[in-house]
Amino acid sequence: MADGTTAEMNAVSDMIAAQVFAEPGAPVLVFDHVGLAFDEKVVLRDVSFTLLKGHTKIILGASGSGKSTSLKIITGLLKADAGVVWVNGRRVDQLTEREMMAVRADLGLIFQEGALFDSLTVRENVGYKLYEESDMPIADVDRRVEEVLGFVGMLDHIDKMPSALSGGQRRRVAIARAMAFKPRILLYDEATTGLDPITALTVNDEIIKLRDLEGVSSIIVTHQLRDAFYVATHSATREPDGAVRIVRATSEKEREAEFVMLKEGLIVFEGDADALRRTTDPYIQSFLS
Amino acid sequence: MPSFVENWLKSAALEVQEYVRLVVAAMRGVVSRPIYRHDIIEQLDVIGSGSLTVVLLTGLFTGMAITAQSGLTLDQFGARAVVGRLVGASMIKELGPVLTALMLTGRIGSGIAAELGSMMVTDQINALRALGTDPIRKLVVPRMIAGFLMTPVLTVISDFVGITGGWIVSRFQLQVNTGLYWSSVRDGLYLQDVYGMGLVKPFVFGFIIVTVACHVGMRTSGGTAGVGKATTVAVVASSVLVIAADFFLNQILLTLLY
Repeated sequence: MADGTTAEMNAVSDMIAAQVFAEPGAPVLVFDHVGLAFDEKVVLRDVSFTLLKGHTKIILGASGSGKSTSLKIITGLLKADAGVVWVNGRRVDQLTEREMMAVRADLGLIFQEGALFDSLTVRENVGYKLYEESDMPIADVDRRVEEVLGFVGMLDHIDKMPSALSGGQRRRVAIARAMAFKPRILLYDEATTGLDPITALTVNDEIIKLRDLEGVSSIIVTHQLRDAFYVATHSATREPDGAVRIVRATSEKEREAEFVMLKEGLIVFEGDADALRRTTDPYIQSFLS
Repeated sequence: MPSFVENWLKSAALEVQEYVRLVVAAMRGVVSRPIYRHDIIEQLDVIGSGSLTVVLLTGLFTGMAITAQSGLTLDQFGARAVVGRLVGASMIKELGPVLTALMLTGRIGSGIAAELGSMMVTDQINALRALGTDPIRKLVVPRMIAGFLMTPVLTVISDFVGITGGWIVSRFQLQVNTGLYWSSVRDGLYLQDVYGMGLVKPFVFGFIIVTVACHVGMRTSGGTAGVGKATTVAVVASSVLVIAADFFLNQILLTLLY
């Protein structure tokens, strides 16, 4: 009887959560006073921020400031020492690895160097989760893989091994792999670091397209200011003929991209692109110059 | 300030703890879903068929070498005719299992440690987790099952080839009659030698080689230099553990079976 009541309550709370998180601007990811230290070294101190549905959070900071660590905490690859993390209304900081698998179904993580499986082809990499961890028919998986590879302009490379791809191509395949299972939140860890400006622009355009055309909420970790501002100040639109154009974002759209700057594990700035440009903080000024 | 010995003991205890945790998680992965069947079949092929050449060559030359050496020693007692007893017993009870295990440590242990180590340092293991796959079930369990099952098979092949190599030397160099050699091999063995010493040991050795290599590979850090170090550690640790386990298994099996 008690079990039945609990199941009913869970079903009701799931239904309410589904309604809340279907609303535009719902808080899909909350980082609440999170802290982490490795032995004596403090990586994150009391870090808090919220990602709203369809918005972009750009985490800036020097190397070792705790940016990538934040993404690993969100995906449960690392556990925080203190604080609370919510993803799609579910508290994830206390979940076991097994429980975390369900949360990860809605999180796509693009690693610094792509982290493609080097023994698998581009097709197998992109479709990995669908081939291995879902019951989707193979023909449907193949179709989805070709669709996302087409989206990032990599369909011609579908049967290549990752070792045969350039750095930029590997990042685009990594983006395709992360979006193949249609997660609602994408986390980019230095997606453009080490790329030439033209390739970086291509990757930035993919990030913008995913956000504006697919409704994906994103967290972008980078120390490439040029790329950060580009993503924050541009938007993607689909023309009547189906072509996608990247244009200058409206000021309202610009405000949907919020910057967070980390310094030695602490948040030293939070605000939109305009506020970041106008800040007088000497550290941020030195970072911007 | 902690002393060197204290730090060493702490790190040794941590390694043992993490090894046990990995083995327990892998055992759980063997008996619960999801099970990655095609990875198990692939690993059976990689570890089994892939190691066949090295095992055949090692077994053959070991059998031939000990036959030639034993022939000389037995001549001192006029007992050349019973060379088959010595070769059969040595190959099946000791040399077959231990040398096969050491060869597999070099070929399989190093390969697993290098593969998992490079996956670790290039974030591929984290990528697996982020994509909802448990790396222990996907990577460790298939290798553990394959190592556990294929090491005894390879050992039996190595034993047979070694004894056959012994026959070649005893027939053409020592001039021992073929029938005499093979009956001598059979007479020199107890049934316990075959199923106890000959078959129990390889199961244990296979388990040690693969689990140690997986443990070392999954704890790799420090870039490509770390991968190289992990490979060396896996081979050295597995080799020492195989030889140590051989001694203790001998003691246990001698007490239980004879």
